[in-house]
Amino acid sequence: MNVIVCVKQIPDPAMPGELDADNTLKRDGKLILDESDSYGVEMALQLVNTAGEGDVTLVSMAPNEEVSGLRTALAMGAAKAVLVSDPALAGADALTTAKVLAGAVGKAGDYDLIIAGTESSDGYTGTVPEQIAEVLGLPSVTFAKTVTVDGGALKVDRQTEAGYDEVTCSLPAVVSVTAGVVEPRYPSFKGIMAAKSKPVETVTAADLGVDSVSWAQQITSVEDAPPREAGEIIEDDGETFNKIVEFLDNLKVI
Amino acid sequence: MGIDNIWVFAQVADGEPTTGTLELLTKARSLGTTTAFVAGDAGGSAAALGDHGATKVYATGDLGGALPGAAVSAAMQAVIDGGDVPDLIMFPQSYEGRDVLARLSVKLDRTVLTNSTDISVDGDSVTVQTPIFGGTKLVNSTFTGDKPYLAAFRPKSFAAEGGAGASPEVTAAAVPDLGGSGGATVTAVHVEEHSGPKLDEAAVVVSGGRGLGEAEKFSMVEELAKLLKGAPGASRAIVDAGWVPYSYQVGQTGKVVKPTVYIAAGISGATQHMVGMKGSKNIIAINKDKEAPIFGVADLGIVGDVHKVMPQLIAALEARD
Repeated sequence: MNVIVCVKQIPDPAMPGELDADNTLKRDGKLILDESDSYGVEMALQLVNTAGEGDVTLVSMAPNEEVSGLRTALAMGAAKAVLVSDPALAGADALTTAKVLAGAVGKAGDYDLIIAGTESSDGYTGTVPEQIAEVLGLPSVTFAKTVTVDGGALKVDRQTEAGYDEVTCSLPAVVSVTAGVVEPRYPSFKGIMAAKSKPVETVTAADLGVDSVSWAQQITSVEDAPPREAGEIIEDDGETFNKIVEFLDNLKVI
Repeated sequence: MGIDNIWVFAQVADGEPTTGTLELLTKARSLGTTTAFVAGDAGGSAAALGDHGATKVYATGDLGGALPGAAVSAAMQAVIDGGDVPDLIMFPQSYEGRDVLARLSVKLDRTVLTNSTDISVDGDSVTVQTPIFGGTKLVNSTFTGDKPYLAAFRPKSFAAEGGAGASPEVTAAAVPDLGGSGGATVTAVHVEEHSGPKLDEAAVVVSGGRGLGEAEKFSMVEELAKLLKGAPGASRAIVDAGWVPYSYQVGQTGKVVKPTVYIAAGISGATQHMVGMKGSKNIIAINKDKEAPIFGVADLGIVGDVHKVMPQLIAALEARD
């Protein structure tokens, strides 16, 4: 079984985000593997392991031929990667991203399944996996919380507002996985060393035959949100629970 | 010209439109002529949809186990190809809304703007507003291409108000053959049992985070929520850790809540979480780290140990009953 995983390399979410002059997110520093994609990488590795044959291939789009995050996923156990890096794609919308990643999937070889996170941690548009499925004419199951392959069909427990649905789906297909679907492994030292020599093919949008790299939206302005009035912050002295009771009392919720 | 024909992606549960649907219809009717496009069986919901502004209703009918993404987007495209071309389609930022929006954007080759909390229309120009960086900055983005414009809005961005007084007819919008994209089928539906009010509708929400230390301690959160006739919630950290189900999650990837009182116990206030609860009318935070970002939005902040303050609070409230 061959699985392709879409991974995003993002600015470290622990650092405060910054905007570029054109008001898009600043991405010119070091980028790391989006934690929400580590679940998809782990899921893919487990599925391939269960199947007993096949590979995990990564596809990614990032500026400046950035590979730091890809190396993390390769160190976890993915075999190879296709990276789309093209200045023309800076600030690309979700639709363009999906077209580009669908093109990169074409470079990644035969596959049975494509896995992505439900949304990235930095841009979080939340539509790319389903858009990739539509571009490729594939079925899809989003918000998967468990994924198994049984006799050539995919079985997924899909998160819903009310609980979850059991879904079966023909292969090949696209699946987006929620955080928590599996526990991502930490790369071993051996894995980290091996990742350095794993193949990463770097291509441009034009290499993939995606030539319309423009998007029909524009950021017109960015403003500060109205600040919340500062509240009362007090150190607990063993009696502060009374302050909470008083606060709730004043609001008439008790 | 201008923005007049506006569609709202509508969801009906147990014969009633969802709250999110009514919120979007209310906003849409202030902007132009409004159509509700029901994903599934409209049931007896036409009156409620009309009362919130829909003068026309399309309904796909029961989806027969197909997932909405592929099915409803194909039904929408069929109506558009048939000549009813909207200027704007408003989607809820829900599981189903996102999937249909995504598929439709590819079918129509149109960009999407998501996670928005407001919309303004000036002639032909449509601008949506999206909070970023945990809601500290607001980004205004304008559609620049051809209509229809496709946008998704977070829950509770607009207030639902009835009284529009329309009585729309329901027109069938059948799902065409889906070909290769229709390979997914729902074989069983599981509903998680909940007692007490729904998380996103409760007047009081008590949420717990990593500061609780271990899964067993979440019982304090549940106990306090019950005493306050509220709903228990959780940060993404403890949902990912498997302490509580995903349906408890408050934040960017979970529920957006705007209760009268939000109590954050042992939650530091990651951007991801703040986006989901910042709109609460009153926020109480208990956390032992006085530098925790949650104190930046708290009306009452207790710098202390949740394992001490929570039991005291619970005992005090029990003593009042």
